[in-house]
Amino acid sequence: MNLRRFFFRSQSAPAARERLQVLLAHERLSANGSDLVTKLRDEILRVIANHVQLDSEKVNVRMERGAQVSTLAVDIEIPLDAGKKAA
Amino acid sequence: MGKVIVVTSGKGGVGKTTSSAALGAALAQNGDKVVVVDFDVGLRNLDLVMGAERRVVYDLVNVIQGEAKLTQALIRDKRLESLYLLPASQTRDKDNLTAEGVEKVIGALKTHFDWVICDSPAGIERGATLAMRHADVAIVVTNPEVSSVRDSDRIIGLLDSKTLKAENGERIEKHLLLTRYDPARAERGDMLKVDDVLEILSIPLLGIIPESMDVLRASNIGSPVTLADERSAPALAYFDAVRRLRGENLPVTIPGEKRGFFGKIFGRKAA
Repeated sequence: MNLRRFFFRSQSAPAARERLQVLLAHERLSANGSDLVTKLRDEILRVIANHVQLDSEKVNVRMERGAQVSTLAVDIEIPLDAGKKAA
Repeated sequence: MGKVIVVTSGKGGVGKTTSSAALGAALAQNGDKVVVVDFDVGLRNLDLVMGAERRVVYDLVNVIQGEAKLTQALIRDKRLESLYLLPASQTRDKDNLTAEGVEKVIGALKTHFDWVICDSPAGIERGATLAMRHADVAIVVTNPEVSSVRDSDRIIGLLDSKTLKAENGERIEKHLLLTRYDPARAERGDMLKVDDVLEILSIPLLGIIPESMDVLRASNIGSPVTLADERSAPALAYFDAVRRLRGENLPVTIPGEKRGFFGKIFGRKAA
């Protein structure tokens, strides 16, 4: 290891600590089934499935869990004739 | 009535079996009657770590299935006469463990021993949940590493929901045993510190076992580390953990913290 890296390498433990804190905050919630983001994801998809026949290939769900804020993005391709099929 | 302890972690390879053997031996070194029960059906190793692998005749599954009496399956340690081992089965799988069978065995062991130490398998399935089921006290073995801490958090959740104590609305006593700790790396900021892990898991600390060659050396010769070298750093840490387990209020020291200048240079313990 060269000297520069030895002296200036940033510490990795704080990153480990922070990642764990965020992850576990979410996992503890989902363990008792009260994780809002997961609930929302499932309910949104259920509501949409009531109206549109969902092609799982065309559904793109992204979640990003943060310490203060989480985001949920549901991106669904709805073909023009989808409504008719479901009805 | 003896106390039932489960040594658990979720993650494999963090030191459950090493710790079960070391704590069991340390308790027996004080004269208490101790039995260590291997719950890792199909992948038993406690017998090997305790140096009794050539004396296994019957196992836990034999006892549960009524093929052997408990007294036939118990193996007495050659070095400590108050230390016993109940091995797991190597050939059967964990489906042979039944809730009723385990309850009966633990119930019987409790009346004969001061301490019943259940060495849990890794994972969160049947073997692990049955190992923790009857525990009065849980020792959660954790390495200062992200995946181990995450799995320990999960296990703590199970301890609070799946044990008999939890189901009866009581609180199960939980302790953290931090193993393979390297104070130098933690000091450099490249390993989670004791306080980081404690803050995240928020259960009381039973002890810190330093990363050490002595642990491997002890398992090589089939001896609990507290017997193999009573003066080694991990052995001293296990002895302290046992004193805390008995209720003594002993402050936890970080191993190697008191290293002097020469200790640092030569990489040896000062004390």
